[in-house]
Amino acid sequence: MSHYSVFSVLKGGLTSQRNWSRAWRDPAPREAYDVIIIGGGGHGLATAYYLAKEHGITNVAVLEKGWLGGGNTGRNTTIVRSNYMLEDNAHFYEKSLQLWEGLSVDLNYNVMFSQRGVLNLAHSDAQMDAYSRRGNAMRLNGIDAELLNREQVRQYAPMLDFTDNARFPIVGGLLQPRGGTARHDAVAWGLARGADRLGVDIIQNCEVTGFHIENGTVKGVETSRGPIRAEKVGVAVAGHTSHVMAMAGVTLPIESHLLQAFVSEPLKPFIDGVVTFGAGHCYISQSDKGGLVFGGDLDGYNSYAQRGNLPLIEHLGEEVCAMIPSVGRLRLLRHWAGIMDMTMDGSPIIGKTPVQGLYLNGGWCYGGFKATPGSGWVFAHTIAHDEPHWINKGLDLARFREGRMVDERGAGPVPGAH
Amino acid sequence: MFQFKCPHCGLRDANEFTYGGDATIAWPDLGASEQEWFDAVYQRENPRGPHREYWHHAGGCRQWVVVDRDTLTHEIHGCRAASETQK
Ligand SMILES: Cc1cc2nc3c(=O)[nH]c(=O)nc-3n(C[C@H](O)[C@H](O)[C@H](O)COP(=O)(O)OP(=O)(O)OC[C@H]3O[C@@H](n4cnc5c(N)ncnc54)[C@H](O)[C@@H]3O)c2cc1C
Ligand SMILES: [Zn+2]
Repeated sequence: MSHYSVFSVLKGGLTSQRNWSRAWRDPAPREAYDVIIIGGGGHGLATAYYLAKEHGITNVAVLEKGWLGGGNTGRNTTIVRSNYMLEDNAHFYEKSLQLWEGLSVDLNYNVMFSQRGVLNLAHSDAQMDAYSRRGNAMRLNGIDAELLNREQVRQYAPMLDFTDNARFPIVGGLLQPRGGTARHDAVAWGLARGADRLGVDIIQNCEVTGFHIENGTVKGVETSRGPIRAEKVGVAVAGHTSHVMAMAGVTLPIESHLLQAFVSEPLKPFIDGVVTFGAGHCYISQSDKGGLVFGGDLDGYNSYAQRGNLPLIEHLGEEVCAMIPSVGRLRLLRHWAGIMDMTMDGSPIIGKTPVQGLYLNGGWCYGGFKATPGSGWVFAHTIAHDEPHWINKGLDLARFREGRMVDERGAGPVPGAH
Repeated sequence: MFQFKCPHCGLRDANEFTYGGDATIAWPDLGASEQEWFDAVYQRENPRGPHREYWHHAGGCRQWVVVDRDTLTHEIHGCRAASETQK
């Protein structure tokens, strides 16, 4: 496996790009590993990478039922931010953002992390009050936040509707300058290559179909490619979390929902940062290829179908046009959906389970891409030490029973409402 | 778009309805144990396949209906008045 550098690029150019080696191996599963990670999305791969890198545990397999990044890793709108108000979320997402800042160098792979800023629009005085409260909470936790007035928003994002007859007049906004976007596929590939270089086996087309559990302790998994033994198993299957954990006899406070995303035909540079609508739920940014990338609310009902319905498309179109009327005649190029593991408080679950040796990483709702490195980092710690890191201690499964919700939105135990 | 055959209004588009979640949950008595309440409020089977769920015909007769829908294929197998399933 070669190290990527200016010289390897030059050499590639001089040899007609014919001599690149595979970015990671394609091994057959062995009979046993020290740790098995189920799910080859960003979180599973990051966990394996940090297990090897931070904890020296390299006898690890990542089992993926399809192909790497075929789940939500490759379906999301790639927004990375840490603008959370509640302590448990704030420290966790900020840790993740800090890891993002060094990820390309760390992995020797360009994940194209671009800190172009994330701006949340406010359309009323009450919303400005709520944003200043959130911004202050963030700053107290050492996270960057700037409250912008209407003029400052206009300078930052002049394409928004600042006319007198705007349906939702813009009052101001909350900006996190260090937020931004990254290239989702590159994140999966870079982590896979990084983990593989440290000795991790990445096994695609290998579906976990059951668990071996003796006296409440995990002993291994059953897969479509035969049984594999391990004393420690980490589950990182995002939208399929309930389904996989049910095989271990664990019921969860999770519902699976649909989230759609959209890309328009490409435009010349138009939107610099990420802008989110404050009068509804819609976030928009422009990809390096020029397409406007946007998304909004869940479709609103339980689903594992990975495809959405028309009412949401219409609703989102209305939101985008209310925000930026000038895109009214822009054509939609593609749209797709992913399965969201929505929890009862809208925050993730990273920690131990009632089964000894079985660890859970799930409940990512629609915000798990930004969590990718942080999630892998704390999950690797949790697996290696059989104990959570202080950063993910409050994001445990037991919080639901013990009444320690981390409900950023205050929406209550209705997964579809977060 | 989904269409539900509302027992009161006939075949209607899903955007007239609001989702009400899992209809198989039996709400415990007020004096039930903490465990029973925890299960009812927080724990979900979240099946990949047949799902029985509530929808509210907010943009129509304003009655609650119980729909049988497959969460994997989005096929709809039935729609009844919720008041009937409560009897
Ligand atoms: C439309 C959309 C927009 C989004 N936008 C954002 C955003 O802007 N910012 C943000 O932070 N987050 C966003 N998200 C959320 C984010 O994508 C997810 O929370 C995150 O990717 C989930 O973690 P993952 O990458 O590990 O999941 P995945 O990539 O889904 O990985 C899970 C893997 O597990 C595998 N698997 C499942 N069952 C089994 C089994 N039995 N055996 C083996 N393997 C199995 C799946 O095939 C899958 O590859 C968005 C999601 C969607 C769908
Ligand atoms: Zn009706």
